[in-house]
Amino acid sequence: MALQDQDPQAERKRIIAGRNRALALVLLGLVVLFFFITIAKMG
Amino acid sequence: MSTAPAQPIPLPADWRDFLSLTKPRVMSLVIFTGLCGMLAAPVAVNPVIGFVAILCIAVGAGGSAALNQWWEADLDGLMKRTASRPLPAGRMERTSARDFGVALSVGSVLVMGLAVGWLAAAILAFSIFYYAVIYTIWLKPRTPQNIVIGGGAGAFPPMIGWIAATGEVTLMPVLLFAIIFFWTPPHFWALALFVETDYAKAGIPMMPVVAGHQSTRRQILVYSVLMLPISMAPFWLGVAGWLYGLSALLLSAAFLLLSLRVAVFRGGAADGDMRPEKRLFGFSVLYLFALFAMLVADRFLVG
Repeated sequence: MALQDQDPQAERKRIIAGRNRALALVLLGLVVLFFFITIAKMG
Repeated sequence: MSTAPAQPIPLPADWRDFLSLTKPRVMSLVIFTGLCGMLAAPVAVNPVIGFVAILCIAVGAGGSAALNQWWEADLDGLMKRTASRPLPAGRMERTSARDFGVALSVGSVLVMGLAVGWLAAAILAFSIFYYAVIYTIWLKPRTPQNIVIGGGAGAFPPMIGWIAATGEVTLMPVLLFAIIFFWTPPHFWALALFVETDYAKAGIPMMPVVAGHQSTRRQILVYSVLMLPISMAPFWLGVAGWLYGLSALLLSAAFLLLSLRVAVFRGGAADGDMRPEKRLFGFSVLYLFALFAMLVADRFLVG
């Protein structure tokens, strides 16, 4: 929530884009994890 | 017609702030002890299931750390060591930290239960409750014994690791729990002795603040003496071999000597000289890493 001296809109977009990328990675990781758990449980 | 100056819109929290809520440095010790507990167990674990178990232990620890920071945001703002955390620094809404902590906690328990086993999941759930509620909300602000009982929270990971592998509670996971439980008070009180002013400012009844330095030093020594038989117990009871036994003896003896320096023979150190305490704190971290590493080495090398 820190205030940005220069171009707060650009900073906001950068932070949200970073969070979106991190969330996408987590979701992708969960998909891969659940896939391997399923394979391990079947084996 | 005059218009009010536009209110600056606060920036959202960065993903790094969410990561820092999980206390990654503490998590590294949790991962290590959990992994050692699992590897020391006398059964082979499917690597995928083992990975999931350790991941759940780590994420559960991260969730409880986020809940801890949500609850203690005001206190953290009063201490130099914690003032730059996302909540006291004003980089994140409190509800975001709470929701993040709950999501990580619930998610880790569910995945542990579904993929690994419900006994390990139940103990993981209890460990999160223990840290977030019993320690953070109940004991920490009320009693100087907060660290003693709260230390139980950090003692769960190797127990969960072992139970994730074997599916049952036996003597060894209880001993692993006891080792960290008795290690925690001298570890944290050594730290509290040289950051006492910070804890006092936040009104947290840490032992040095309430009982004074001399009493804290004596209690450090008492726990260090107790650690010797407790760390040796796996060897004496025949659940660990000579490599672990010898390592535990040497490491615990060194720990005891450093505690003696803190409690009795301060080597001429003046009252304000905290080098013995800093040395004990530094060694206590090394002690735990080395002891658990030797437990695993013993299992694979001695059998």
